[in-house]
Amino acid sequence: MKIGVLLSRLRVEEKWLFESLEKRGLDYDKIDDREVRFNLDAPEEWLKYDVVLERSISFGRGLYATQILNAWGIPTVNLAAVTATCGDKLATTNALIQANVPQPNVRVAFTPESALAAIEEMGYPVVLKPVIGSWGRMVSKVNDRDAAEALLEHREVLGNYQHQIFYIQELIHKPGRDIRAFVVGDQTVCAIYRTSEHWITNTARGGRGSACPVTPELNAICVDAANAVGGGVLAIDLLEDPERGLLINEINHTMEFHTTVPTTGVDIPGYIVDYTVGVGQPGNGEIKKQGEPA
Amino acid sequence: MMTKTATLALCPECEGNLALGADVQAGEIVVCGDCGVDLEVINVAPLALALAPQEAEDWGE
Repeated sequence: MKIGVLLSRLRVEEKWLFESLEKRGLDYDKIDDREVRFNLDAPEEWLKYDVVLERSISFGRGLYATQILNAWGIPTVNLAAVTATCGDKLATTNALIQANVPQPNVRVAFTPESALAAIEEMGYPVVLKPVIGSWGRMVSKVNDRDAAEALLEHREVLGNYQHQIFYIQELIHKPGRDIRAFVVGDQTVCAIYRTSEHWITNTARGGRGSACPVTPELNAICVDAANAVGGGVLAIDLLEDPERGLLINEINHTMEFHTTVPTTGVDIPGYIVDYTVGVGQPGNGEIKKQGEPA
Repeated sequence: MMTKTATLALCPECEGNLALGADVQAGEIVVCGDCGVDLEVINVAPLALALAPQEAEDWGE
């Protein structure tokens, strides 16, 4: 079996993945996404790969590379359709609605005026998010009308067209933490709490990780959420609502795990490599169908 | 960009001294202890460092 690993930079996650590949004696190539050139009429040089593990730090590069590879019949982890859904918060929300997976209420508007009306219908505070983006960037808690008007104007004047897709999410009064759970295939392999004094709890923004038990309830909602977006190797972010319980906040398709591995002791890179090998097995149709609608 | 054959290198931004581990790999990001800039190891033998790409809007998980 020949595995390609598409990456942008060598983070600790990629180092651990390479160690896992080498420990298993697997043949693999490191593919720098800054150097790749796809001739769409000539897939031959890529057909040597039984599967490609996509670890681009760039959503755009990862999405379009996997689209090309999947079109050529080369399976990827994750599939392009999964990346397209998880990389877009609105697409994720729609997938979760279709699968009846609980999540915070979301409203969408396309102009500052209609967005302001939607925010006021929902009631302050709300959370305004870009549909594309990660690490908590440009995620804003909107406490009052003054803040809403300023943010919406800035989005209109300074942003590209994607910033004028106004994705407005209900603020969940979480207990100073959220949950990051890791799903590989059909199981939740581990989870952490991310705790912060700030309302944004991403570890990229200073949230501290601690072990979170994977209860049957947590496993069930995470697997449902993963299946809703097409399945694969996914990091699920959950909020604990005081009344409704666990809600899915976001789903990440090229997750980082440098906090989770030392916190939980779970060999996430090993799980990812084993799953990738499974996807690359000839005739392993069941796994290759993970990108189809749930 | 700056090149050196040992695991010692100069920061291409501030010329501060960096000592990198023997297991350093191409593609790794290291931080200059003097000026704090992110540097990418673009080659191991000979050792070559360059300023790391700036974070783009679509970067993330």
